[in-house]
Amino acid sequence: MNREEQISRNLDWVTVTLFIFCVVAGWMNIYAAIYNPEHPIWIFDKGFFDTNSGKQLIWIGTTVLLIIAILVIDYRFYDTFAFFIYGFFVFLLIAVLVVGTEVKGSHSWFRIGAFQLQPAEFSKMATALALAKYLSTPQINLARFRDQLNVALIIAVPPILILVSNETGVALVFSTFMILLYREGLPGIYPGIFLSIIVLFILSLVFEEWKIYVGLAVLLGLVIWAMPRYERKTKNIVTIAAVTLCMGLFTTGVDWAVNNILKEHQRNRIRVLVDPDFDRKKTGYNVRQAKIAIGSGGLIGKGYLQGTQTKFDFVPEQSTDFIFCTVGEEFGFMGSLIVVGLFVSLLFRVIYLAERQKSRFARVYGYGVASIIFFHFLVNIGMTIGLMPVIGIPLPFFSYGGSSLWSFSILLFIFLKLDAHRSQMLSRW
Amino acid sequence: MDEIRKRFIQVFFVIIALLYICRLFYLQVIDDTYKLDAQNNAIRKIIQVPFRGLIYDRNKKLIVYNTPVYDLYITPKKAKVQDTLRFCSIFGITRNEFDSLTHQARVFSPVRPSLFLRQLSREEYARVQDMMVDYPGFSFQVSSLRTYQTKSMANALGYVGEISPERLAKEEEKGNDYYRQGDYVGVTGLERYYEEELRGQRGEKYMMVNSRGVEKGSFKNGEFDRDPVAGKNLISSVDIELQDYADSLMQHKVGSVVAIEPQTGEILAMVSAPTYDPTLLSGRTFSKYFQTLNLNPLHPLINRPPSAYYRPGSTFKLIQALIGLQMGVVYPSSGFSHAGAPLKCHCGGNSSNIQQGIKNSCNPYFYHVFKRIIYNNHEQNVFKKSATGLNKWNEMAARFGIGQQLGVDLPNETKGKLPSVEYYDKVYKGSLRWKFSNIYSLGIGEGEIVINPLKMANVAAIIANRGWYIRPHLVKGINNIGSIDPKYKEQISVGIDRRHFEPVIEGMIGAVNQGTVAAEARMADIQMCGKTGTSQNRRGEDHAIFIAFAPKENPKIAIAVFVENAGFGGTHAAPIASLCIEKYLKRHVERKAMETKWMNKSYLFNVLSVKSNTTTASKTTEKVNKPQPKDSTEEDYQLKNSQLSKLLLQGKQPVQPLQGHGPTKPEAILPQNKTNTLKKVIPYKIK
Repeated sequence: MNREEQISRNLDWVTVTLFIFCVVAGWMNIYAAIYNPEHPIWIFDKGFFDTNSGKQLIWIGTTVLLIIAILVIDYRFYDTFAFFIYGFFVFLLIAVLVVGTEVKGSHSWFRIGAFQLQPAEFSKMATALALAKYLSTPQINLARFRDQLNVALIIAVPPILILVSNETGVALVFSTFMILLYREGLPGIYPGIFLSIIVLFILSLVFEEWKIYVGLAVLLGLVIWAMPRYERKTKNIVTIAAVTLCMGLFTTGVDWAVNNILKEHQRNRIRVLVDPDFDRKKTGYNVRQAKIAIGSGGLIGKGYLQGTQTKFDFVPEQSTDFIFCTVGEEFGFMGSLIVVGLFVSLLFRVIYLAERQKSRFARVYGYGVASIIFFHFLVNIGMTIGLMPVIGIPLPFFSYGGSSLWSFSILLFIFLKLDAHRSQMLSRW
Repeated sequence: MDEIRKRFIQVFFVIIALLYICRLFYLQVIDDTYKLDAQNNAIRKIIQVPFRGLIYDRNKKLIVYNTPVYDLYITPKKAKVQDTLRFCSIFGITRNEFDSLTHQARVFSPVRPSLFLRQLSREEYARVQDMMVDYPGFSFQVSSLRTYQTKSMANALGYVGEISPERLAKEEEKGNDYYRQGDYVGVTGLERYYEEELRGQRGEKYMMVNSRGVEKGSFKNGEFDRDPVAGKNLISSVDIELQDYADSLMQHKVGSVVAIEPQTGEILAMVSAPTYDPTLLSGRTFSKYFQTLNLNPLHPLINRPPSAYYRPGSTFKLIQALIGLQMGVVYPSSGFSHAGAPLKCHCGGNSSNIQQGIKNSCNPYFYHVFKRIIYNNHEQNVFKKSATGLNKWNEMAARFGIGQQLGVDLPNETKGKLPSVEYYDKVYKGSLRWKFSNIYSLGIGEGEIVINPLKMANVAAIIANRGWYIRPHLVKGINNIGSIDPKYKEQISVGIDRRHFEPVIEGMIGAVNQGTVAAEARMADIQMCGKTGTSQNRRGEDHAIFIAFAPKENPKIAIAVFVENAGFGGTHAAPIASLCIEKYLKRHVERKAMETKWMNKSYLFNVLSVKSNTTTASKTTEKVNKPQPKDSTEEDYQLKNSQLSKLLLQGKQPVQPLQGHGPTKPEAILPQNKTNTLKKVIPYKIK
C-alpha cells in the first residue's frame, strides 16, 4: 500500500498527461481515418472491433495493463536485467527470421491469433536499456575508441537483423542513438560527420555532381582564406583539402550507390523527395496525396470526420504511417501546430526528467527515449509534408498498431518508473 | 560541457519543429493549390439533365413531348455475363459490339457505371427486365426521348441531337460554356431557335467519391447541389390540324405551304414537302436514317419555306402594281397595250386597268408598269435613268421583305435576292453599262429576283392587312401566350398607302373568280383573293405558285403555296391553297372529291425527271434578252454552296445521290448554314 502511494506521488504526471493526450488524439484520428460516412460505426455497433479503431481500442486497453505491470515491477529489474532483455530481443529478431510471418514484404512479424507483433519495434527499447546499462558502468569513456566500438556493437546488432528481415525503416531508427551518445560525451566530430554526410547526401541528390565539386572548391578557398595566418600551415591546408576531396568523393559515391545499390522503390522514394512531380502515379502518389490531404486542411481544418482525402482512401496507410494527414486535413494548421507542440513538449519534458536523474543509467535511458521519439517524429511528419523520404515508421502514440503503441508505452513508462525512484537509485550506487 | 550539449540537443529539436511548422503553414495556409486538388480528388459533379420543354399548337394540342426511355449502364467489376450469345441476342447487338462496349467501360472505370446501350424503348425495357436478374452489374436509368405527335411539321420543328464538336467550339467562342460533349441540343428548326428556352437548366449534384471512384454520399449534405429546372414549354402558333391537312395535300409533291394569320403574323402552317418522320432522327436510330434522308434526291431535310430559292414569278406583279400606284406612275385606271413589250401574253390585250392587269396576269402590262417605275426620274442619260429608277424601286420592294430576312423564329432563314444597282454594275462589269431593257424581266418577277415561300406568304399577309405586317413567327408564347420577343408584336409598314390596295385586291378577286385561277379553286361562300405565279426555272416544268388571303374583309388567313415543277400556278397550286383556306376557316372540307384528287396528285415524275436530265430540257419560253450569265441567280447560289460541296467531298460522301445520271442540281438549294447538319454524318457512337 505504501509502495503504491509512493508511485502515484512520484510519478511524473505531466508526462503521463502528455502521453494520454497523444493516445486519445491518436485514437480519434484513427477513428476518423477509417470513418465511412455512409456506414458510421460507433463503439457499440457490431463489427466495430474488426475495424482499425476498434482494434486500437483493444491495444490501448492492453497498454494500460502493460503500464500497470511496468509500474508494479521493481525498478531494479530494468537495471539488472538490461542486457538480458537486450539479448532476449536479439534472440526474437533472429527467431522471427525463421518462424515469422511475412507482411507487406517484410519478414518481421509474429502472428499470435488475430494479432501480429513486430519484435523490431521493441528492440529499440531493449537497445536503449542495454546502452544505458553499458554506459552506466564506471570508467566508461566515450572518447575512448574501445568503448566506442562496444557501443557501436550494441547499437548495430539489432538493425542488422532488422535489415535482414527487410524492414529498412525501423533499422534506420537506430541511427538516432547518436543523439544519446553525443549527450554522453561522444566527441562532437562524430555527429558532425554524421550530419555533414546527410547534408552532402541530400545535396548530391539535388545538384549535379560537378556543381558540388565547384561548391566544395569554393568552400575550400574560403576556409583557407578565413584561416588565421598562424594556422595556415601546409599540413593544415593539406588536411582540409583532403577532407574536401573526401566529401567530393562521397557525393560521387552517393550517386553511384543510389543508382546501383538501392532498390528501385527506395531510389524512387528518394527521388520523389527532390522532385515532387516525379512519378505521380506510383511512388509520388503517397507523398502527393499526403500533401493534398494536409494542404487542403487550411487554417482550421475541415472539421472532425469531415475530411474527404483521408476518408475516401486517397491517402494510403492513413491510419498507420500517414495518420498525420488526418490531423492536418480535419484540424488544419491549428491541429498540426498542437500535435507538433505536443511532441516538442514531450521531448523537452523527457530531457528535463533525464537531466534530473541521479543515476547515469536512468539518464542515458531517458535520452534514449527522447532520441527514439524524436526520430519517429522527425521522419514520420517529415515524410507526410514532403521533407523526408517515405520511410514506413509510425508516429509515436498516434499511429494505429499494437506493436508500436506497446513499444512506445513500454519505452516511456520504464523511464517514468525509473524517474519515480530516482532518489532510491542514487542510494544504490 | 553536459549543459551545453543538452542545450544543443534541445535547440536541434526546436529547429526541426520550427522547420516543420513553417512547412505546415506554407502547405496549409499559404498554398491554395492543394485545396483544389483535394476537390478534384474527392468530389464528383453529377449532371442531371432536365426535361426539355414541350411544344403545343395554337389550340393547346401537344405536338412535341418527351417519352421516357431506358439507358443501360454497366459496372464492369460487378458485371457477369455467363451466356454472352444470349445476352447479345436479347439486346440485338453483335459479339464484337459487346466486347468493345465492355472494354470501353472497363477502361473508363471498373467500378463506376458507364453507358452501355442508349435509349431502349419502354417495350424493349419491359421485354428484357425479367432477364436482367441473370446479369448482375447492369442497371437501367431513365432518360427521355423527344417524341413528335405528327410528322407533318418535322422540318419546322427540327430535331434534337448530340452536339457537334464544331457547334461546341462555336458556343465556347461565344462565351457560352453551358454545353459539353455528348449534350443533346436542338439541331434545326424551332428546337434550335428556342434551344435556350427549351433546354431548361441542368442540375448539378456534388458527390463525394473515394479513391476508386465509388460514391460515398453527397458533399456537405447537398449544400452546393442545384436541382434541374425543366425547359419552358412553347406554344406554337401552328394549327396542327391545318398543318396535317396541308401536308396531306402536299404528298407526292415537292414544295411548300405557308399560312399566316395576317393580323398577328402568326404562322398557321408551314409545310415543307416532302417531309420525314422526325422520330427517325430522335435517339438511337439517328445514324441509321440521317444518311438516307440526307442523300434523298428530294431533300426532305431542307425546310423549304424559309430556306428554298425560287423566283416569285407573276405573284411579284402585286408588288409592282403597289409600287407603281404609290409612286403615282400608274393609276388604277391606267391601261397599257401589248405593243412595244418584248413579252408574250395570253390575256388577249384587254388589260385596260390595273385590276384587269392583275386578273389576267398580263406580262406586257407589268412591263410597262415597271418601265414607268424605272424611268420615273429626271435623269437624261438612259443608263443613269435606269440606275436611279432601279434604286428607288429596290428601296420600295425591300420594304416588302424581298431580299431581306423577315426575322422568322427559325434558323437558316434565307434573304433571297433583290437585285440592286451594285449587283448589275458587277454583272455588267462597270456602272452605266446596263439599262431598263436589260432588266425588264424583273417587272414580271423573273430574272434575278429570288424569294422563298415564307416571304410570299408574308406578301399575301401585307396585302390582306392593306399595308403592314408583323414578322411571321411560329411561337406565340413561351410558357404562356404572348410572352414572346416584342419584335413579333411590332407592326411594320411597307410604305404603301392603304387606298392603293383596293384596286390590287380587286384584281386578285378577279384572278380567282374569272382570271388565271382554275375554276375548281373557287369557293362559293368564301371570297379568296389570290394571285397565281409560274416561276420559270432553267430545266423542267415551271414551279406553280399561288399566294392568297381570305376572306376579303377582315382576312383570317394568308397563304402561299409552292409546288415544284408542277406547271401553271393557277391550275396546280391554287386548288391546294383553296382547300387549306376552307379547312382553316370552316374546320372541315366539303369538297371531298377535289380533296382526294389533290391528295393523290403527284408531280414527282416531273421533279425526278428534272433531276435526271442534266443538260438538256432547258425550257425556252424565255426569249428575253437576259444578261450573261444567263441564269445568274441559280449560278450564284450554287457558288455559295461551294463550301457544302467541298465538305461533302472531304467526307468522301457520294456527291451524287441515288439517281445515277450525272450530277444533279437540287431545285431548292441547301443554304450555306445548313452545313452543320451535314457534318453530323459522323457515325453515331454509343458512349
